[in-house]
Formats: sequence, C-alpha cells, structure tokens
Amino acid sequence: MGSTLFEKIWDQHSICDLGDGNELIYIDRIFLHERTGSIALKSLEERKVPIRNPNQVFATIDHIVDTFPGRGDKTLMPSGSDFIRSLRASVKGTKIHFFDIDDLNQGIVHVVSPEQGIALPGITYICPDSHTCSLGALGTLAWGVGSTECEHALATNTLIKKKPKLMKIMVDGILPLGVTSKDIILHLISQHGADGAKDHAIEFMGSVVENLEIESRLTLCNMAVEFGATTGIIAPDNKTISYLEGKAFSPEEDFNKAKHYWSELKTDQDAIFDKTITIDCSNITPYVTWGTNPQQAIPISHSIPFVDQIKNKNEKESMIRALEYMGLEQGQSINNQKIDAAFIGSCTNSRISDLRSAAKILKDKKIADNIRAICVPGSSQVKKQAEEEGLDRIFKSAGFEWRESGCSMCFFAGGESFGENQRVISTTNRNFENRQGKSTRTHLASPMTVAASAIAGKISDAKSIGIEQ
Amino acid sequence: MKSFKTFSGIAAPLIRVNIDTDAIIPSREIKTVSKKGLSGGLFAEWRYLSLESRKESPDFILNQDPFKKASILVTGNNFGCGSSREHAVWALSEWGIRAIIAPSYGSIFYSNCIKNGILPIVMDGRVISSMSEFIKDNPEENRLTVNLIKNEVSYSNEVIETFVIQKQDKEFLINGLDQIEQTLQKNSIISEFETLHKKTNPWLNAS
Repeated sequence: MGSTLFEKIWDQHSICDLGDGNELIYIDRIFLHERTGSIALKSLEERKVPIRNPNQVFATIDHIVDTFPGRGDKTLMPSGSDFIRSLRASVKGTKIHFFDIDDLNQGIVHVVSPEQGIALPGITYICPDSHTCSLGALGTLAWGVGSTECEHALATNTLIKKKPKLMKIMVDGILPLGVTSKDIILHLISQHGADGAKDHAIEFMGSVVENLEIESRLTLCNMAVEFGATTGIIAPDNKTISYLEGKAFSPEEDFNKAKHYWSELKTDQDAIFDKTITIDCSNITPYVTWGTNPQQAIPISHSIPFVDQIKNKNEKESMIRALEYMGLEQGQSINNQKIDAAFIGSCTNSRISDLRSAAKILKDKKIADNIRAICVPGSSQVKKQAEEEGLDRIFKSAGFEWRESGCSMCFFAGGESFGENQRVISTTNRNFENRQGKSTRTHLASPMTVAASAIAGKISDAKSIGIEQ
Repeated sequence: MKSFKTFSGIAAPLIRVNIDTDAIIPSREIKTVSKKGLSGGLFAEWRYLSLESRKESPDFILNQDPFKKASILVTGNNFGCGSSREHAVWALSEWGIRAIIAPSYGSIFYSNCIKNGILPIVMDGRVISSMSEFIKDNPEENRLTVNLIKNEVSYSNEVIETFVIQKQDKEFLINGLDQIEQTLQKNSIISEFETLHKKTNPWLNAS
C-alpha cells in the first residue's frame, strides 16, 4: 500500500513513537509575528529556556502595526506598540531572521513566507497563527499552533503530535471564468460545514488544483482552518518549483537536489485516505457569505435559505442569530444588497494576483458614492510590485485608500474598524460577529467580487455588472 | 499548571454552535504581552452592555447567579474554532472554567486547553441537551461531577456519562508536567535525528 503526501512528510520528520498514537515530530521552520510570537519568546526568556536553532526561526510585524502611510511603532490600537517592541527586543541579538516594520520584505506572515522561500515543499513548519495552513499550497506540512506549543517548538525543534486523519478533496471540472479559489473554498465550507474537515488534514487534488497558480492555491489552503481541518496541502509541481527558484531562503547551491526531491513528493496511486470529497467546479459561481460563519455562504445569485430549511435546532438558532446580527431576512436575495465599505487585503487575498484581478475591474471606474474602500497589500514586496505596475493609481483613482502592508482590518484589535452596523464586503477569511469591529457586518468574497461590489455600491457578481473578465 | 483528577461544579449551558475564539476573547481585549489579566475580556462582546462602561448584560448566562461561579461550560459543536490565540484558554481558565463539554472543538483550541489544565470533554449533542435541561432545572443544586480518572461526567445520582480522551492528554492534565522539560530529556535522540535530517535536507539551515 502506498502513502499519501502528508504521510511521507510526516514519516520523514518522525523522531520517535511516544505511544498512544503520539509521535515526536521534528519542526524545520518556525515563523512568529508580534501578536502571539512576542508572548512565546517572552515566556521562554522568563524561564531562561534557550531557542534551539534561532536560524530556523523567522519573525515579522503584521498584526497590530498600523497600515497608514508613514506608520511607525506607535499604533492606533492602545498598547499595540508594546507587542511590536516586545518582539523586537526578543529577537535582538539572536540569529532569528526578522522583518521589522521598515524592512523591504515586511508583510503578513503567510504572504512573506512563500515570497521569501521560507515555506518549502516537504518541510514541517509552524506558526502561532491559525492561517499557517496557507503554506500547504507549496507542499509544506504547515499548521497553526498555540503559544505553548510554539514555545515547545522553539525550545526543542519538535512537537508531540498525533497524526490527523487524512481527507482527499478532488477538485475537478472546469473552473468558469471569474470564479476563483476563494469561491471554491467557500463552496466547500458551505456544503460540508465549518467543521466538515474536523480532525483531518486535507490534500487538495484534481485538474482544477493543478491548473491553479501558486497564489490561488495559497488562498485555497488558507481557509482549510475555516473548514475545521488541521491543515491543507497540495503536492509540489513544476509551478511550485519555478515559483521557489531564486527566493531568498530557497535552496541555492542545492536547488537541483531539492528540485529532484520535490518533484518526487506526491501521493502514491494506491494510497488510502480516510475520507474523500469530490467537487465539480464547472457549476460553481462566485460566492459570498451572508451570515457570521464561513459556512453561511451562498452563490451571489442565490437567496438566503429559510430558517425552516435547517433541521438541526442549534444550527437553526445560529441562523436566526446570524440574520439578526447581519440585518438580513431569511429567503431574501443577497445580490444587490447595499454595502457601506469594501476591503481588499489579509493573508487570504492580498497577493499581487489578487490585486491585479481587482484592479482589472476597477480600471477607469469609480466606486459608488458613500462607500469606504481600502486596499492593503499583503507585503511590502507586493505593494512595491503593485506600484511598479501602476495598480496603486488604479485603486486610488477608483476611490480606494492605498495602504502599507499588514493584517489591517481583517480583525479589530482596538485600532481601526468600519464601525457599527456597517456592511463590509471583504476578501478576508472570517465573518464572525464583531470580528472587523463592534457590530460590523462582514461579507466574505473574492477580490473580483469585492471590486465589482465597491463600484456598484451593492453586492454584485463582477459578471453581472457588465464587466468583462 | 494546576493538576486535577475529579471535581464537582456549577455548569453553565451556553448552547451555541461555532463559538469562535474571537467571541471567547475579542482581539481588542488582548492588551498586554502577557498570559495573565485576560479574564475581564472573556466573552466581552456578549458579557457587557457596553465595552466602555463594562456594565454587565443581565441576559448573558455567565452574569447570572449561580452561573457566575460556574467551573464547567456546556456548549455547542466546533467550540473554539477560528484564531489560534491561546488567550482564549488563558481567559477561560483565569475566569474559573476548569472543564468544557461540547460535541467538538477547534483543533488548536483543544490542544491549548490540554496545555493549560482545562479538560475539553467531547460528548454527543443529545447528551449535552439532556444535561442542559438537568442543569437549568436547578443550577445551584444540579452540579456536574467530572472524574478524569474514570473518564466520567455524572449528574444527578443516576446518570453517568463516559467520555474518551487520549491517554497522553489525560496524563498531562493529571500530572501537570512541563512538556519542554520532558522533551529536552530526549535531547540526544533529537540531536541524532537532526544531524542526519540536515544532511539529507541541507537547505534547512537558513543563513
């Protein structure tokens, strides 16, 4: 019997069996940010426990830092600078690779990581951040951990872990024009629930996945955690190899050796998964969430379900609560729902291809009156690239604010928010109650949908407002 | 870390599905680089009428007597989904929660509980429903007893429900061991593995 990609990487990193299904797993690379990395480092310092291999550790500032032009350590979030300064003080004098606020390579941890070749195929990789699963797109065995586990990994380069169950998701068919990997993952979560992949690591396969560019694969894997999965992974292929060539932390003299290893790294034909889901993308249309959990998502052309359609009592109550929070009615159409704001950014959709796809729609257009629209590039490199291509001018002349990179308004940490009852269409990953601010109503969608909706002033499919894709 | 084997306590039924860690502790309530001082932010959006005044909302279960003294939270599936913030567990623990009973959990949240001495019990939704009815009947008197040695939750004199927990998680909760120290005792085999591993994957040493 063959093995899956996940098992191959796992077994290659298993130091020993600890009994009861647990194994001691070697962790190759660790990435930290100021929000949760600061406390992990501080806690180790207080206990006088050294970091085992600082040169396998990376750190950036993304979560709390402001994204206004001319930003510095001072943050709109009260006490935000404490997190920045604490992280900076902890990495100072160590061999940890640090991307400080003014570093040309600063950015959102999960955007910087592939961009710099830090996440690589076949390695184990953790970060105290739930969206670490994004990096599975490169064939990296990557997952999010809490602070305590992060401390354990920093101190020992290991984690004690039980192998999760394995799920294969076959993504076949032909992805229609204007439909993105964001729509695929929202479709999956809406069909199978926010805990649909609970206790499983997912391998995404199939012709659609093979045809996706690396950045779209990152979006797909990014929301594996919103599907309840331990992580998501995609086998490395020629696209992965050429994407990684020449990146700062990719292998240099060993690139050919690495390349050879990576191209062999795939699930065997006869490998067995615990569960398989097959989807045909040919009929998927752009999705948007209507509720307060990513599973409460529908195609833009559909109506919000009726409460009575939901059988489970708790799910029914959750739906009533979500409708009330969102200020929406059961059975109503989501298309043309008026919006107050649009946000393009976050570790889900802030890479150069995301910005290009939104800019294509925004070119020579203006956003609707009274809409606040913000674009936050995922990294300083993405921002630079976008500016070289003139995308910043397209965003600005359409009426978007153009920001410095960071996590920004994906969540409200006490700094900026969209305000109470404001309806925001957003390329982020979580539409939880109060996530983007007190009583802010979040609708998750792809960058194209967000751009089209910003122009229309209401939730709109890019196609339906007559924009050629 | 406090270790525990068995205890009885007031249980609060907060039956909602998909309660995320943003709801357990909103990001803006994480104000310092510390694992302490977080209980004030627990369920802040639901618990207070206004975040500024901190006036308690009488409708929220943990503000009501006797649930103010609850040490067990009974809740819906996928509890603790979302952000990996361990602050959610630190806040629950500091507030006084020692065990949670839910049909399922967010996976990072689950391991964060184990690391911080909170017992995350997995139970079927139907069991949780009848447990909630029993509690609501007389919350002060109808306490739950959690026995981690026997993997049991008992309520009233008659009903005993068993639960499954990984042996290692159980031992960890009972003994309250320091995992870093434990693992560092294996340093020689880690080093041996590491040397060989880096020889076959020479690109791991980033410089």
